This record gives sequence, C-alpha cells and structure tokens, in this order.
Amino acid sequence: MTQLEIKREAIRKPFSRRRKSCPFSGPNAPAIDYKDIKLLSRYTSERGKIVPSRISAVSAKKQRELATAIKRSRFLALMPYVTS
Amino acid sequence: MRLYESVFIARQDISIVQVEAMADEFTGIIKSTGGSVQKREYWGLRSLAYRIKKNRKGHYMMFNFETDSETLKEYERVMGLNEDVLRYLNMRIEKVEEGPSIIMQSKNERPSRGPRDGGRDDDREEASNGSAMPNGDDGAIQSIEE
Repeated sequence: MTQLEIKREAIRKPFSRRRKSCPFSGPNAPAIDYKDIKLLSRYTSERGKIVPSRISAVSAKKQRELATAIKRSRFLALMPYVTS
Repeated sequence: MRLYESVFIARQDISIVQVEAMADEFTGIIKSTGGSVQKREYWGLRSLAYRIKKNRKGHYMMFNFETDSETLKEYERVMGLNEDVLRYLNMRIEKVEEGPSIIMQSKNERPSRGPRDGGRDDDREEASNGSAMPNGDDGAIQSIEE
C-alpha cells in the first residue's frame, strides 16, 4: 500500500528530482585542496562566484572547506575574484 | 613545532636562479632554528588570475616545513620586506602530502597532448561527470543575478 503511494507520487511529479548526495562525501570523494583549480572551478559560477550548496548539493561541512579553499586560491591569484 | 605549507609569488622579471636563491634564503630562516623543510616545489612562471602590483605573471614557489610560531613570524617578516615577493600565504597543515602536488602533476601532463585536443577532452570529461554542476543550473543563477 505504502509502496504504491510512493510510486504514484513519482508519476504525478515527473520533474521532481531526487536530492543528490554530496560529491565530497563517500569513500572515493576528491580531497578539497586550494591547489586543485580544475576541481574548484567547477564550484564557481562563470563570474567567479562560489556556487551555493543548495545548487551544488555539497554538504554544509564540505561547503565551508570548499569556500576556504576557493578563497585561498583567489588570494594566490590561481583563481579570479571576478571575471567580467 | 608545527607543519606549515607556504606559497610565495615572486615578480615575473627576475630569473629562476634568483627565485631559487630567494627560496634558499627563506628556508635558511626555518633551518636556522631547528626546523626542517620537507618539501619544496617550484611551480614555474604562471600567469596570475588578476594583476598584482602591475604584474601579469609570477614565479610560484611552495614549501612544506616544520617550525615553531616564532620562526614563522620572522619568516613572514623577511618575506614582507623583500620587494621581489608579490604575495605569500602560510597555512597550517595536518600532514605533508606524498608525491608532487596537483599543480606539478597537471604541469607535467600538459606538453604531452595537443592544446586543442586537450580542451576537447576536458569538455567531454566535465559533461560526462555532470553531477557536480549541471550547466542548466548555472544558467539559472546567471539569469537571477542579472
């Protein structure tokens, strides 16, 4: 009965996405490092802003780490503060 | 004694030999008080993401060392006085990472593949990964901002 209900819910909302899990949690998650520009740039917008965790699905703890890493990277001119 | 990671950026128009000499001078401070330098990496002349003191490029040098806070203070003071140093950043770390850092790894990879192919490969990789940041979402942010 309950299972049926869940199924119906899924059918009713075809565009509702399941919550993604944090890309930095789990066994073979990448380490957050201020030197890893390629990884960090995936979590910044085109203008160079840090992407909010509600969009990137990064956990709160990892988001704090990520933000520090991005800021360090910016300070050392590895990443831009702004790109216009 | 604590482990630290230190990066400094030197002016673009000094030679590699001079950068190495500067690095020797700085590590000398650490060594003089019983500290030890575990890792030393020269990242080369990299272009800066933005201009610092009218420089578009800079020599990057990274150290991992073990020292006490007094020495680190002295180390920072000397760096601040040196006019060839554009910027420096010292961070406390828990442990020294084994092997060369990511920057050194990516630097070694680059010459082996053509610039155009490389770019395409990157795009494809990101597209297949996709999970982290779908482009659609990014677009949404942009439109909200504007």
